Amino acid sequence: MAGSNPNAKPMNLTLNVWRQPNRQAQGKIVEYHVKDISPDMSFLEMLDVLNEDLLRGGQDPVAFDHDCREGICGSCDLFINGRSHGPEKGTTTCQLHMRKFSDGDTITIEPWRANSFPVNKDLSVDRSAFDRIIQAGGYVSVNTGGAPDGNEIPIPKEISDRAFEAATCIGCGACVAACKNASAMLFVSAKVSQLSLLPQGHVERKTRVENMVAQMDKEGFGACTNIGSCAAECPVGISLENIAILNREFLAAKATSNNLA
Amino acid sequence: MLLDSKIPEGSLAEKWDKHKFNVKLVNPANKRKYDVIVVGTGLAGGAAAASLAELGYNVKAFTYHDSPRRAHSIAAQGGINAAKNYQNDGDSVFRLFYDTIKGGDYRAREANVYRLAQVSVNIIDQCVAQGVPFAREYGGLLANRSFGGAQVSRTFYARGQTGQQLLLGAYSALSRQIAYGKVKMYTRSEMLDVVVVDGQARGIVTRNVITGEIETHAAHAVVLATGGYGNVFYLSTNAMYCNVTAAWRAHKRGAYFANPCFTQIHPTCIPVSGDYQSKLTLMSESLRNDGRVWVPATKEIAERLRKGEITATDIKEEDRDYFLERKYPAFGNLVPRDVASRNAKMMCDEGRGVGSTGLAVYLDFADIIKRTGAEAVSQKYGNLFAMYEKITDEDPYKLPMRIYPAVHYTMGGLWVDYNLQTTVPGLYATGECNFSDHGANRLGASALMQGLADGYFVIPYTIGDYLASTPPKPVDTNHPAFAESKAYVQARTEQLLNIKGNRTPDEFHKVLGHIMWEYCGMARTADGLRKAKGMIQQLKKDFWNDVKVVGSGEEMNQALEKAGRVADFIELGELMVDDALNRNESCGGHFREEYQTPEGEALRDDENYAYVAAWEYAGENQPEKLNKEELVFENVKLTQRSYK
Repeated sequence: MAGSNPNAKPMNLTLNVWRQPNRQAQGKIVEYHVKDISPDMSFLEMLDVLNEDLLRGGQDPVAFDHDCREGICGSCDLFINGRSHGPEKGTTTCQLHMRKFSDGDTITIEPWRANSFPVNKDLSVDRSAFDRIIQAGGYVSVNTGGAPDGNEIPIPKEISDRAFEAATCIGCGACVAACKNASAMLFVSAKVSQLSLLPQGHVERKTRVENMVAQMDKEGFGACTNIGSCAAECPVGISLENIAILNREFLAAKATSNNLA
Repeated sequence: MLLDSKIPEGSLAEKWDKHKFNVKLVNPANKRKYDVIVVGTGLAGGAAAASLAELGYNVKAFTYHDSPRRAHSIAAQGGINAAKNYQNDGDSVFRLFYDTIKGGDYRAREANVYRLAQVSVNIIDQCVAQGVPFAREYGGLLANRSFGGAQVSRTFYARGQTGQQLLLGAYSALSRQIAYGKVKMYTRSEMLDVVVVDGQARGIVTRNVITGEIETHAAHAVVLATGGYGNVFYLSTNAMYCNVTAAWRAHKRGAYFANPCFTQIHPTCIPVSGDYQSKLTLMSESLRNDGRVWVPATKEIAERLRKGEITATDIKEEDRDYFLERKYPAFGNLVPRDVASRNAKMMCDEGRGVGSTGLAVYLDFADIIKRTGAEAVSQKYGNLFAMYEKITDEDPYKLPMRIYPAVHYTMGGLWVDYNLQTTVPGLYATGECNFSDHGANRLGASALMQGLADGYFVIPYTIGDYLASTPPKPVDTNHPAFAESKAYVQARTEQLLNIKGNRTPDEFHKVLGHIMWEYCGMARTADGLRKAKGMIQQLKKDFWNDVKVVGSGEEMNQALEKAGRVADFIELGELMVDDALNRNESCGGHFREEYQTPEGEALRDDENYAYVAAWEYAGENQPEKLNKEELVFENVKLTQRSYK
């Protein structure tokens, strides 16, 4: 069946893929070749082709994380030719299409590289550190039931829109992988910004930022040196401004801490 | 077994309030003596786990993802309905109830749907309190938009990412309970069986997908919130991991499966572009607020388009057929999904489809762009337009989108009573995993509503009624039922690994998908369904003789996971075909070509089929037994649906 571009020619590619049987094992780059790749395929569909070939040949397919393939679940996490989610700006791996590559290309595919994201197998990594940071305070403490009417809390549209922009973080970890320090500042700042901009988040504003930053440090993420590669490589465009907000919130909280722990 | 839906007495409006008063309560000090397992952490599961933990129960929550935040609820785009009537446009709880019953073509249970409409207003309040950044007006109040099947604006939204924002809200509430130690979270754990002790659900068996370890977990009750089974069609808008396994294993342990043939084909998806395609991508229904659906007026023009001799913008206004506006002037482009999908198929069947395959119709934004400017359109739909361009390499600001229907949602699911309990005592099903609220067709923006209604506001009340009659002593995992379930899971894993055949799990899945789409998809016939049944039975034999999985069960093995899911899909596929064959009528998404009005609309048979078909598993390779729950309509009049 023809794709959206009937003139596009199928491609043959060389893949250098990180293979590692499990967390404890030593990993290495292994070379594979895939043929007749349609430019209309997504990057993960190209990997599906490789995996079907491997499986038919009795070899272990390459493990990788993926699910929605619509750029929203945040599962996919490939480091392609030295860049988080590959060459296309503002795009997750699953939304990257092969038309961004050319016939004969060699593509290097690695897992996220960060001590805080240990490898499970091949290209799949453990990002539970992000969950633990949210558990440290990335919420408003309201139980189900008893919330006031939604319209009793008017919020200026521009504030609400800014909070929304920060809230669109998909938690993929591209920011950490792109950062030379493997810092999680962009991820943490997105949640801190969202909840400090909104009135609902004001009650716990100080303890939230202190606890989330403390957990971030405990997980072993690096420090932020304001290079900005995190925001440049973020597939959903989380702004560096959020880190400025985080720093301000953190200083304000520390200066007048409620945190007695 | 006699199906007792346990609908409370009293008038429709009083049922839920009375029921909440009549159910037994577990006193606060005793709640911590009860353990509840929740499988799945999407809207239904995440909300249930958080809310039950807040009440004081000990919750164990399970997901096969690496994080509870990845559940497929996250991909819902358009919005969530609620009968707030903030727009002063005539909405009410009764109108939302009525629209949902009518939209479902009168195959849903009145009492459940009314409760859903009632609690819809609490959901919005809850989510706002959590910090969910819904769209707002300049005055700071919440904004609404319109969705299909309704003539009021009652849909709350967060740009094109409403599901994401609602799920992150539930995830934040869940994270808080994990931090408090009230929820023990098991990630990367796939449920592979329900453990039934003396007729009651008492636990589950899981496989850790990283280490391969098979584990047993005990509790006083089990809640399944494991989503829908649209991936039985191979290509669907569901995420790649979405599967029926948890629900299917529950079915084999005694939970009836209701209306499995009720599947929703969503009209606005990006068309298939090649055989390599792994999934389909939805373009939100909200686009039908401003986009106009059309095809060329004649086959000849369509032919020239397909050959690439002309493009859409070359076609003059008088040569375009805005078929939804023409046929349904009252609802226009906002007819319900089943109607829109069927009409798109009819146009393509007439030879008027567009795109290189002829399997697409246009969704055109030229008018709204002319009226309000590209910038305003981008504000509303920017992320959807960008996604469309990434996938198709075409700019929807310049050329109309090409869209085609695709499998999106399954209205069928585990049969549950008013309390959301399945036919296995102590086993509950919530969200898309159950069958209860959408009848034969779900209206847009109602899936998020149902998932959160079940999780936040229904199960926390109804599960207490069951637990209060169960002694709070710890459940013993030494009971032989646990060992038996674990052995079953281990044996099945071994079996899949030992076939060592020639065809991959994906190859079988694709074949199954083709059969289901061809014979049990948008249009069905008795002949076709009978043929499909034979094909699926053969496919099942082939699968168990020839599937190829390499490696072992004691490691991360994605092909093994896939093989297990495909095996269950094949069995489900056969039941769907049986169900479609049994239902000699057309209703909502179930369109049997033999039963249609002269205008080609679905023709129901209320005399003989106003019932829920609840299928009972009867053993390996045995025909399933049909149980019926008669649907009683006391508050709405059954009519031929009309959107004209």
